[in-house]
Amino acid sequence: MSNLLMVASVTLRSLAPHAVELAYLIATGLFVLSLHWMGDPKTARRGVYAGAGGMAVAVLATWARPEVARHLWVLLPILAAIVPGIWLAKVPLTAVPQRTALSHAFGGLAAGLVGSAKFFYWLHHQPEMLTAFRTGAIVVEVLLGFLTFTGSIIAAAKLQEVKWLPQRPWVYKGQNVVNLLAFGVAAVLGALIVCFPHATWTPWAFAALIFLSLNFGWMLVMPIGGADMPTVIAILNAYAGLAAVAMGFVLDNKLLITAGALDGSSGLILSIIMCKAMNRSFFNVLFGAFGQVQTKAAGGEQKDYKPDTAENAAAILSEASLVVIVPGYGMAVAQAQHKVRELYDQLRRRGITVKFAIHPVAGRMPGHMNVLLAEAEIPYTDLVEMDEINTDMSQCDVCLVLGANDVVNPAARSDTKSPIFGMPIIDADKARTVFAVKRSKSPGFAGIDNELYFLDKTWMLFGDAKAVVGDLVKHLSPQSTH
Amino acid sequence: MDQMQDTQATGTPGAELAVTGQPIEVPSHASGNLDFVGMLFVFMLATFIGIGVIRRVSRLLHTPLMSLTNAISAIAVVGAIIVSGGLEYPLLIRVMGAVALFASMTNIISGFMITDRMLRMFKEQRGRAGEGGGR
Repeated sequence: MSNLLMVASVTLRSLAPHAVELAYLIATGLFVLSLHWMGDPKTARRGVYAGAGGMAVAVLATWARPEVARHLWVLLPILAAIVPGIWLAKVPLTAVPQRTALSHAFGGLAAGLVGSAKFFYWLHHQPEMLTAFRTGAIVVEVLLGFLTFTGSIIAAAKLQEVKWLPQRPWVYKGQNVVNLLAFGVAAVLGALIVCFPHATWTPWAFAALIFLSLNFGWMLVMPIGGADMPTVIAILNAYAGLAAVAMGFVLDNKLLITAGALDGSSGLILSIIMCKAMNRSFFNVLFGAFGQVQTKAAGGEQKDYKPDTAENAAAILSEASLVVIVPGYGMAVAQAQHKVRELYDQLRRRGITVKFAIHPVAGRMPGHMNVLLAEAEIPYTDLVEMDEINTDMSQCDVCLVLGANDVVNPAARSDTKSPIFGMPIIDADKARTVFAVKRSKSPGFAGIDNELYFLDKTWMLFGDAKAVVGDLVKHLSPQSTH
Repeated sequence: MDQMQDTQATGTPGAELAVTGQPIEVPSHASGNLDFVGMLFVFMLATFIGIGVIRRVSRLLHTPLMSLTNAISAIAVVGAIIVSGGLEYPLLIRVMGAVALFASMTNIISGFMITDRMLRMFKEQRGRAGEGGGR
């Protein structure tokens, strides 16, 4: 295979000097088409092929560039990447948020390393290449790259729920001041490097910039709790894209700029959607750690849950004509999606309409629930977005809240003191009957009491989501006497 | 500016090459300055295209979208290959490039593969075959 690639690279090299640029143009076009086709589930897979094709063209064209002459140095890292690449592509779908965060980390690392390598090379060998614009781009690339690297590793570790990292937001007094100070120092260092790229202390300033960026990344993500992860992942996605753009500026490469900009705008749009879905600003997500306010509020009066049995719930479910299921992170943790599919089948067998209400921030990354339910082969036509399902909620007989919490908390509509006030929610409380499946009696991730659970029409089903749904299926399946 | 890239690439460092290689070409500083406006144009237009295209992606597909754009942003592979395989670079620089190449290649492979894997699962109505206890 290496011979084949070698032949291809030799052939390409003999072509006109613009061949590489033209290949980059083709790759750019394929990337835009790829995202265009991604718009619809029917054409989305074609989008993947277009993207992969564009990437193959870009890699081969770069390899064919005359200055790329140490082929072993290209081939070996690529070969080394095959095994971890395939392994990361085979993770269970519940681990997709971690995998995504990890790949942002890799992207950031690559950008940071290439930027640093170029800087030190130019500094020692071609100092005239370090124009103000290019040096500025290198500073941005390295800052964003290394910040994304450590920030994403922390995000991935939090999502993986590793033991050495607290799940609750990690906050201390004056944290924002420290973070802003670190950022300020990094900005000043960057400006100094741009202004004096040839001073004797510049390498040290650059090393300090790398050090600061690495630290800034984890400092930024540590105070952010699990419930805010969808936004954080989207923001890190945008950063990784912008780092690639900066690399494009550094290397005079329009392909890098375009592809990075596509990724950056995708991250930007997703973060805006996530922020809107939580009624919070970027700034608030990044600097206003979620966990502090409500810990006081939660300690207040003690209200009582009304637990119910799976048997009763199954009986009521079987009488319904429209059932809306609201999945949340709890479903993902319990890997309950396949049991949910069985429940879906059982209910549909009785002529009951079943819809899934998907909140934009349900789960730990954008679109998390859709992927899990698709894995369980639930047709995507039954996965309904929040705004659309809310118009139907008054006709809903039974709403089954499955490991979701904040996204169905009516306090978001009514309680101005609640930290989630103003956040758009799924109106589960408008259904005739509500069953809420919950792991324990403690408040959810954000530590906020949920009024929905104390309504007259709400009954609690305590236990692991998979076990509870399994019980429901058991009670629904054998006696089909209707 | 492409010529500038090429000449700079052919080996020996120094700006003299940029001049000797292409006599009519302006030295690299000037072309660098010229080009940065061009690059900003490309950046702005690409961002608008990206926003336009991505806004139309259904929320259903946001997870695969993210893994796809992830794979695409591994285009940093281009810079990594240039640094890792470049003839003129010293060893330490090339090691940095090789690590970067490994990281972006991992993203490319896993990104496209997992996107395709997820998309295969999105089915319109065929899931109903399981209805009535088939599954």
